[in-house]
Amino acid sequence: MKDLIYVGAGGLLGTLCRYGVQKWVPTAAGGFPLAVLLINLSGCLFLGWFFTVTPGAWRIPPRLRLAIGTGFTGGFTTFSTFTVDALRLWSEGKAAVSLLYILASLLGGLLMSLAGIRLGQYMASRSGGGTAV
Amino acid sequence: MIWLIGIGGIAGTVLRFGLGKAVSARLGTAYPWGTWLINISGSLLLGALYQLYLAGSLSPALWGMLGVGFCGAYTTFSTFGYETLQLIDSGRSGRAALYVLSSALLGIAGAALGMAIASWFIA
Repeated sequence: MKDLIYVGAGGLLGTLCRYGVQKWVPTAAGGFPLAVLLINLSGCLFLGWFFTVTPGAWRIPPRLRLAIGTGFTGGFTTFSTFTVDALRLWSEGKAAVSLLYILASLLGGLLMSLAGIRLGQYMASRSGGGTAV
Repeated sequence: MIWLIGIGGIAGTVLRFGLGKAVSARLGTAYPWGTWLINISGSLLLGALYQLYLAGSLSPALWGMLGVGFCGAYTTFSTFGYETLQLIDSGRSGRAALYVLSSALLGIAGAALGMAIASWFIA
């Protein structure tokens, strides 16, 4: 039960941050969903790093790891908005923009996850403590 | 409005956490079945909600709570990326490619199916 409170609190903050970014980052030319792309890429970078440095190099309470990783970052990033936007662009006749968005999200997301994990491994090896994932 | 989005976000996040744990307890952790199922089902639901919103059958407040809040937080992109890299780093690149392609293709197909189901209900 306590886990759910931590995860829910993180999810609340992540969701509101996502809403804030979506409101303040304008949609790029051609209807390209720039805000959600930035949200998903930055979330991938952060989660890769965070899940790698904790709990090995940085010892934080397991519930705080759950609140920040699964709750906040999971609630901040979104997959369903990505798929519905890709479909919407396609159905509006903007097939090229849709494909560009899909490729940028998938390739960019994986590269950001990779960068985050490698950065975490580097920091964990330098701190000398714990084991890198 | 912001509170409705927040409530939806809490519900979506907690359901993702609970369902993810239940699925990995049942199907194991060799393949990220939990996130896979969550992202595809969430895409289907958001597609349906989006169609209802477009047709005016869903108020902006409900769209905020269920679409932006619930579906947005229920599905996740960062865990999807992290799990893919974990598969690659453990030498299972084929499984990683299958995970990425099936999540994206079935997610978009799910969104299209959700929109179709919603239009059928409106009509």
